[in-house]
Amino acid sequence: MSNRLKRLFAQKPKGLLSVYFTAGFPNLNDTETIILELEKNGVDLLEIGMPFSDPLADGPTIQASSTVALKNGMTIPKLFEQLQDIRQKTQIPLVLMGYLNPVMQYGVERFCQKAAEVGVDGIILPDLPLQQYVEEYKELFEKYNLSKIFLITPQTPEARIREIDSLSNGFIYMVSSASTTGKTVGLAEQSQAYFQRVSEMKLQNPGVIGFGIHDKDTFEAACTHASGAIIGSAFVKALHREGSLPENIKSFIQSIKN
Amino acid sequence: MSYHVNEKGFYGKFGGAYIPEMLYPNVEELRQNYLRIIQEPDFQQELQALLKDYVGRPSPLYFAPRLSEKYNTKVYLKREDLNHTGAHKINNTIGQVLLAKRLGKKRIIAETGAGQHGVATATVCALMGLECIVYMGEVDIERQAPNVARMKMLGAQVVAATSGSKTLKDATNEAIRDWINNPEDTYYIIGSVVGPHPYPDMVARFQAVISEEIRVQLLEKEGTELPTYVVACVGGGSNAAGAFYHYLDEPEVQLVAVEAAGKGIHSGESAATSILGKDGIIHGSRTLLMQTEDGQITEPYSISAGLDYPGVGPLHAHLFESGRARFENATDEEALQAVLELTRLEGIIPALESAHALAVLERLQAKPDDIVVINLSGRGDKDLSTYLKHFHFDEQ
Repeated sequence: MSNRLKRLFAQKPKGLLSVYFTAGFPNLNDTETIILELEKNGVDLLEIGMPFSDPLADGPTIQASSTVALKNGMTIPKLFEQLQDIRQKTQIPLVLMGYLNPVMQYGVERFCQKAAEVGVDGIILPDLPLQQYVEEYKELFEKYNLSKIFLITPQTPEARIREIDSLSNGFIYMVSSASTTGKTVGLAEQSQAYFQRVSEMKLQNPGVIGFGIHDKDTFEAACTHASGAIIGSAFVKALHREGSLPENIKSFIQSIKN
Repeated sequence: MSYHVNEKGFYGKFGGAYIPEMLYPNVEELRQNYLRIIQEPDFQQELQALLKDYVGRPSPLYFAPRLSEKYNTKVYLKREDLNHTGAHKINNTIGQVLLAKRLGKKRIIAETGAGQHGVATATVCALMGLECIVYMGEVDIERQAPNVARMKMLGAQVVAATSGSKTLKDATNEAIRDWINNPEDTYYIIGSVVGPHPYPDMVARFQAVISEEIRVQLLEKEGTELPTYVVACVGGGSNAAGAFYHYLDEPEVQLVAVEAAGKGIHSGESAATSILGKDGIIHGSRTLLMQTEDGQITEPYSISAGLDYPGVGPLHAHLFESGRARFENATDEEALQAVLELTRLEGIIPALESAHALAVLERLQAKPDDIVVINLSGRGDKDLSTYLKHFHFDEQ
């Protein structure tokens, strides 16, 4: 695990707030501003989405932001260029999230090397299956000291959760319910039982809950069952509002934390 | 070399199941059960009875005398166009709907491009009394109004895919998202040999009835089960997979896959994936696909809505890379000429997709004693408005 992730979970084992945003949205060069403003407002962990034309696990909000980001000219090389000096400005843990195909075309080793070089701490690739990771990519991720973060869902069998736990070295991304991103139905009783079940498994990795977390209530509910929670679509929507980026970010994060 | 799927779900380096964890339980349930269920005697009995009495199988293997004379070889047409609903698609939907029932699923979802697979799915759902939701790109809904009407008539709900390019690949994304959101009661009937393992293998097995019949029928007519060539069009590649299946391990049979060149391979408006595509991941499968340098999936073009898929099934990617199949292509114009030729020489109006296979007959340079089997995957009813417009019959 990267030192930054290790330090974060050691210092703040409960109630940590993670935010996802799509790189290149709303404007191509907003990446640094969004990172620094989120940190300034007390966010603990950031997931930077690498936009993809066909994001299967995402709902309409994140897909729409990805379409805009691609139109704006966002690419993996462009994102690395924007992150080149980021470690001189902030030590907030950064996780890159995206789909396998663009990473494959960039070259998986080159991607890991570059991510490590700019100071990225972890990678989430939802469509890279466990088996392929173990057979083809695990050594690379370890070589460059990048945490590989896997998803689990309410339908993931216990044995598979144990396997994922043994292969993870950062945190486990607990998808709150069977859904794509951006559903705002709240956390059903079923989800609570699943959070409870996972919590009782005493996994070696901390869990962070995502999907459907969109306001103070859902954030706090999720935090009672895990180390923290991730807000994605609701934040991406907030960036759309009138007003400056720093104002929008500040008011959104305050609505969650206060 | 094996051309069949291995125990891990790969054809060579292609295939696999590159899916988000949310889909894992569904795909895993299918992977663990599909072979066992398909091999059960009562499943086979029900399937065979429906294929015979409902679909109308076996479909004829027709010796085309005037086409044969023109190209100075022996041309046979495998008449999948005579199946119920007008194409080979129903071979697969019948098989999968029976599987869905045995898995206890109540709700069926599907994607469709031109609407042929959507109609074939809506048809079997009506037959089985199952709820049916078909995802179709908004653009395709406008282009393919008659098939949309047929699906609605059959009781299916047609949902417009409004994301991305609003065509087949986006309809597939939406169907996959529906499945993620409904993991318990829903079964996803994929229409081609694409998607995560076990779909490419499962769909190929259900379409394999095509080559199983060709072998029997050819033996009767020519005294051999083995033709010189088997020719089929390829979009995702389900009719070709079915026509090739029982010949994969017969090296003397030349397999010819014909892709849609659209307005020309290098026109920027084409769907010839084997030439224009690169190794990558689409819809849960590693295969060849058309994409930008940055790995964003691009929108292909063909006059035929059934061939404009940016990828190709992993089996075909493997047949291409290993050299087992020869890959040809035909332009919109060549396909249209082939439509008119078959119509006027044999009195059969083919679908635009199937016409791409017919269009390479001359290029094969087959000898007089060669046997060429062309898979006539669908009939042309759905394309009549395109034909009328192109050949100006509407002005006469």
